[in-house]
Amino acid sequence: MNGVPLAAYIGLGLFMFTTGVVGVTVRKNPIVIFMCIELMLNAVNLTFLAFARYQLNSARQSSEQIQHSMMAGQMMVIFVMAVAAAEVAVGLGIIMAIFRLRDNVDIDEMNLLRG
Amino acid sequence: MNQTIGGVTVTPELLMFGGIAGVAAICAVGVVAFNNAVRSALCLVVNFFLLAVLYFTLNAEMLGITQVVVYTGAIMVLFLFVVMLLNLGGVKLINEKADPKKFVGILLGCGLFVILGAQILPPMLQALPLKVSPDMAKFGGPEAIGRTLFTEYVYPFEAVSVLLLIGIVGSILLAKRRL
Repeated sequence: MNGVPLAAYIGLGLFMFTTGVVGVTVRKNPIVIFMCIELMLNAVNLTFLAFARYQLNSARQSSEQIQHSMMAGQMMVIFVMAVAAAEVAVGLGIIMAIFRLRDNVDIDEMNLLRG
Repeated sequence: MNQTIGGVTVTPELLMFGGIAGVAAICAVGVVAFNNAVRSALCLVVNFFLLAVLYFTLNAEMLGITQVVVYTGAIMVLFLFVVMLLNLGGVKLINEKADPKKFVGILLGCGLFVILGAQILPPMLQALPLKVSPDMAKFGGPEAIGRTLFTEYVYPFEAVSVLLLIGIVGSILLAKRRL
């Protein structure tokens, strides 16, 4: 994909992240809210990989620097994926526990911690 | 012949990217817009799959495959499982009535998109990929990833393993009959 500018990837990541933010804000189903969080994490992953592959300044870099920058982006994506996996397992467990406790998962009726 | 629109050269690769990214963006909107959680989940599967294709175009082959296995495989199956267990589809469809919160949320989202996009995108229109020599093209492969993960990033790797262990213990604890 040599003909695609960096802005195209960043634009897609930006759109997905904004969609996720809107979803977290407006939806009431906690499962869909979790999906929107996954959407945001994936937008960030795409951004990491795009920045790993592109360079903004035209300064000549050595081969080691290029390798370091490419690998750093990919490592971050791996860690984000691991965190997302752990987060989904625990989060869905919490949703299931709330459902068993209250027979309802509407996010607007969860006001136990309201002052 | 490639033509230029607004300073951006239109190439066949850009058109292909536009197709993939367009479908991915529509699916992202579908996740938020569908009232039924199962439809949202299926939209998310398509979105993650297309993202894996985009990872391949960014020379990150290993991560593209990991994306398919971890996200579209494991995480989405978990989501569909929970949707099935809660069974909110027919009986207890959560009442998503039209309230001002929805309108305000969409408005704020559009504002966020415009502000971030106006700041971030213009300097990047001309940035093109690093010139990758043939011996660097394998940076996205399993060998390079594994080598870096177990040498330079070994402490973060171990920290992530502890995090996953805590996640396992936590989800087992949450699945107990009496909390």
